[in-house]
Amino acid sequence: MMVKDIKKRTWVWCSIFMAFVLLALLTLDYSSLSTFSLTMGQEVIRGLSKPDWSFFYDGSGEDLFSLLLLTLAIACLGTLIAAVLAIPITLISAANLWQSAPWVAKIGKMICNVLRAFPELVYAIIFVKVVGPGPFAGVMAIGVHQIGMLGKLFTEEMEAMNDHLIEEAQAVGANFWQTMFFVRVPYLAPIYSSFALNHFEIAVRSAATLGLVGAGGIGAPLIFAIQTRTWSKVSIILLGVVVTVFLLDQLTGIIRKKLR
Amino acid sequence: MITFDHVSKIYPNGVQGLTDINLTIAQGEFVAIIGLSGAGKSTLLRSINKLVPITEGDIRVNERSVTKANKKELRLIRRQIGLISQQFNLVKRSTVQKNVLSGRLGYYSTWKSILGLFTKEDYQQTQTALASVGLSDKLQTRSDQLSGGQQQRVLIARALVQQAPIILADEPVASLDPITTEKVMHDLQQINQTMAKTIVINLHSVPLARTYATRVIALKAGKIVFDGSPEVLTDERLEQIYGKAIFEESGGDL
Amino acid sequence: MKLRDTVHFHLYKHLLLLIFLLLCFQSSVWITGADFTKIWTNSNQMTAFFARFLHPDVRYIPKLLLPLLKTLQMSFLGTIIGVAMALPFSLLATTVFTENRWLSIVIRFILGLIRTVPNLLLAALFVAIVGIGEATGVLTIAVFTFGMVSQLMFQAIETIDQAPIEAAAAVGANKWQITIYAILPQVMGQFASYTFYAFEVNVRASTVLGYVGAGGIGVILNASLALMNYERVSIIILLILITVAVVDFCSERVRRAFL
Repeated sequence: MMVKDIKKRTWVWCSIFMAFVLLALLTLDYSSLSTFSLTMGQEVIRGLSKPDWSFFYDGSGEDLFSLLLLTLAIACLGTLIAAVLAIPITLISAANLWQSAPWVAKIGKMICNVLRAFPELVYAIIFVKVVGPGPFAGVMAIGVHQIGMLGKLFTEEMEAMNDHLIEEAQAVGANFWQTMFFVRVPYLAPIYSSFALNHFEIAVRSAATLGLVGAGGIGAPLIFAIQTRTWSKVSIILLGVVVTVFLLDQLTGIIRKKLR
Repeated sequence: MITFDHVSKIYPNGVQGLTDINLTIAQGEFVAIIGLSGAGKSTLLRSINKLVPITEGDIRVNERSVTKANKKELRLIRRQIGLISQQFNLVKRSTVQKNVLSGRLGYYSTWKSILGLFTKEDYQQTQTALASVGLSDKLQTRSDQLSGGQQQRVLIARALVQQAPIILADEPVASLDPITTEKVMHDLQQINQTMAKTIVINLHSVPLARTYATRVIALKAGKIVFDGSPEVLTDERLEQIYGKAIFEESGGDL
Repeated sequence: MKLRDTVHFHLYKHLLLLIFLLLCFQSSVWITGADFTKIWTNSNQMTAFFARFLHPDVRYIPKLLLPLLKTLQMSFLGTIIGVAMALPFSLLATTVFTENRWLSIVIRFILGLIRTVPNLLLAALFVAIVGIGEATGVLTIAVFTFGMVSQLMFQAIETIDQAPIEAAAAVGANKWQITIYAILPQVMGQFASYTFYAFEVNVRASTVLGYVGAGGIGVILNASLALMNYERVSIIILLILITVAVVDFCSERVRRAFL
């Protein structure tokens, strides 16, 4: 990688790039940093290192344990609904199933893309207005968003399936639904389950944040603690979230290995 | 009985796959189709059950036109034709039993087959078929745990269970070792002789064709250039048709 | 004939799985107090909501262009900084570069920690520590990107071909030289790919970061929502969607041109 060998064109692009970076750096609004001071930083660190263990469990239903459980339940229900509903969506989105009427598959894919495009937060806000604040709004928000995400993934896998296998089954007289259940389902089931599990994990993270807009779960107390600068509470909540997600990660990793 | 009536196939990109094929195969024949790669062997074979649609002419199986059949009729015709391919087309994650039984799918209504309500006779048949190819102990084994040769024999068992009078085999032994190849060809010969099933098999190895078939058809660029018994197909005749290339393709085992 | 001999060999296993899933479903419903009928009973609310939503306030667009630009700027800077930090760290985390296994484990643990916290919460955290504004947004995105890209890079480095490394070591290259000549050329392509991916993810994320005060168009989104000005909300979301689509498209083009 001799410096002389680097093409002139690369230099030009690199300099343009660096110019952009510099421009961005210079025009940024740094006003927020002025409120930061070293003592504040020390205070934060001090508070964060003393987690408030009393918040962990006090039987009131508003403690860390119950809220984490609630967050898990929100993610679980949302992902379950999405996984189930994504299947009919996949059936109308996969191009190789609709060779006689390709416009159907295009509509299906469009539905998925639309559902995927909105951030979950936006769905949460909408559902809070429709079904009221609380965990159910979070469930619906995650569910609707995940239908789009799982739908797209499922469709991609379905379309990537080797058509030879299907052809062979049809060659001995199987009809459409028979090929579906005897060929496609055994192949796709472990792949779909793997996706669903992965998205369950992602959903847990989302569920933790949706509390911000009143959709239930650990999000609301956390944000409240952050905004009131109760660092010891923040630290115990963050600890709880991190441990939960970590354990979940390990668990789903094991299950996904067994699916292979 | 399989009849080809002035059959031609032109691919969408203009390539001529088959040109004016006229052919009649009677029930009980063991027909080997040979030819260089790209000569149209697969096209010919797969047009019999309409996996490859033809552009001209008519193909009839047992007096029913495959070319003119609608979806329902096609299904009825297809369940009478078994297929063994080169690429072991088993559903990898399913058990051997399920794969073999799937040969009978053409005979079941959708609901029954999805719920897995196969008849007792079919289960018996599966066991018998697997026994005859020597894989009785692999009944509930997952298909991807079998070797290449074993998977191919499962496909033969499937063709047996299907109880189709015609079996098409598209280069079934191309990727097998010599011993397994012998076994598979022998099994097919047995099926042909004891059950009077018609076997149409694509082979790239001329010696195999000579050893096992009762009739050899040679294809060259989509046209039939030889149709007769294996004894008439001497090496000189072969060289006449194909030039030296046919000997190279047979892997030098002539 | 026993069930065991049929294709329903695994029936018991499948049934157990089904029951387990149903249990999960029921308990989740109970815990979250989910009431699906509410969707029907409140459907008139939803239609009213959508009616307002379907009339985006197009006159508001000029006021939104600058915040959108700022959002893109935030994502861009955050991605660059995050990625710049990720490369050295991911090298350190792999055992290919560092012989010390413990260092690698510690670094991976820290990275795992960072990745676990959802980025909206990271943003809220940083806002509380550092203050409101775009710089906080850049910081959040940088940290989030750092966590995400380090993991991806780490996996990429771990799976590279060992042969060039051994070859370089065999001719006496030291650690730095091995890195530059044997490791980096193999992973640069993936590195660039991950950078684009991170940028696309960050553009989507940055639009909502403003919700907690981290600058960009999310701030206006928050304000409009609080004021229940759904026509404005709708145009903001529409613009966000268009921006994301445009960014994805350009990113794809640039990728194809350079990689």
